[in-house]
Amino acid sequence: MKRLLLIILFISFSCKESPKEVPEGTVQPEIASTFDLEIYNYDGLKPLINKTDDKVHVVNFWATWCAPCIKELPHFEKVKAEYEAKDVEVLLVSLDFPRQYETKLKPFIEENQIQSEIVCFDDVDQNRWIPAIDSTWSGALPATIIYKGNKRQFYEKSFTYEELEKEVQQFLN
Amino acid sequence: MKSLRVLAVLICFVSLTAFTITTDGGYDIGDVATDFSLENIDGKKVSLADYKTAKGFIVIFTCNTCPYAVAYEDRIVDLDKKYASKGYPVIAIMPNDTDVKPGDNMQAMKARAKAKGFTFPYLMDEGQKVYPQYGATKTPHVYILEKSTEGNIVKYIGAIDDNYKDAAAVKTKYAENAVDALLAGKEIEQKTTRAIGCSIKTK
Repeated sequence: MKRLLLIILFISFSCKESPKEVPEGTVQPEIASTFDLEIYNYDGLKPLINKTDDKVHVVNFWATWCAPCIKELPHFEKVKAEYEAKDVEVLLVSLDFPRQYETKLKPFIEENQIQSEIVCFDDVDQNRWIPAIDSTWSGALPATIIYKGNKRQFYEKSFTYEELEKEVQQFLN
Repeated sequence: MKSLRVLAVLICFVSLTAFTITTDGGYDIGDVATDFSLENIDGKKVSLADYKTAKGFIVIFTCNTCPYAVAYEDRIVDLDKKYASKGYPVIAIMPNDTDVKPGDNMQAMKARAKAKGFTFPYLMDEGQKVYPQYGATKTPHVYILEKSTEGNIVKYIGAIDDNYKDAAAVKTKYAENAVDALLAGKEIEQKTTRAIGCSIKTK
């Protein structure tokens, strides 16, 4: 929510950004850092992907450089838009490298006005957290978890919107 | 009663583990790996059988376009420099569909190999027939094979080491440890590890 506000703020700033309108001596807002990314290692991420509320949680592991991830990202956004009222939460876990947070990830989030919650996952000990996240995950991106309470499903694949919606609906019934 | 419960848990665990291993498809530890004949960046075909004096192979499915694969390029070169002379050369195979990933086509592979000074073959998995047999799902994905009278036996599957981001901060060199163990005639401690990577691209 906070990020959404900041994005709106950012957009309103950008609208006024025509150089001619800026009076001399005015300090330009630091647009590049209008929002902060939340960065977690596995211990920090764990509670975020194991929530015990009554909601359906859709967790997608992605990165801006991962072409199939970017292709399916709008589907997750659509699930958020269509199913938020039915207690479905979407969490986008970015595996972008930290050196690209400012140059790639933040611009991507802003340009595409991503509405789902995004967290950054930065943990090099892959052999620890891949099997911990799911015993069947070979480690390929993209990957998705859908869970509600004790029911949990892991997908090491790309989704069409129809496929994703079908999986989400299984958790709603 | 208690022991029965322990047994039940144990059976459950064992079946779960067995299930995990078999769902991935491809090779498990101990399987005989298939040989292949794939085109190298120099235009020549390469097979494992060409390496008469090798004791085994470090087969790595990798590509130009995956940031994890790129992060490991120098370390793959180092692996070959360290182990080729000891009988374990690196054989790199590019498994992606090049229509989906033009940045991985033969021309791009040649350019990348030249820029990074690859000392090993960098082969195109033309028709994408080899990677499914191995069960590779991503780049980079390592298979260490040991030559035996029955063929090339899969001895290690997984990651190169435990830090994709920073070679200097690596604590455990899984692939090197595996080859060292094979060279010393010892049991490999960690035969499988998980590595993060980019899904292999198909149409």
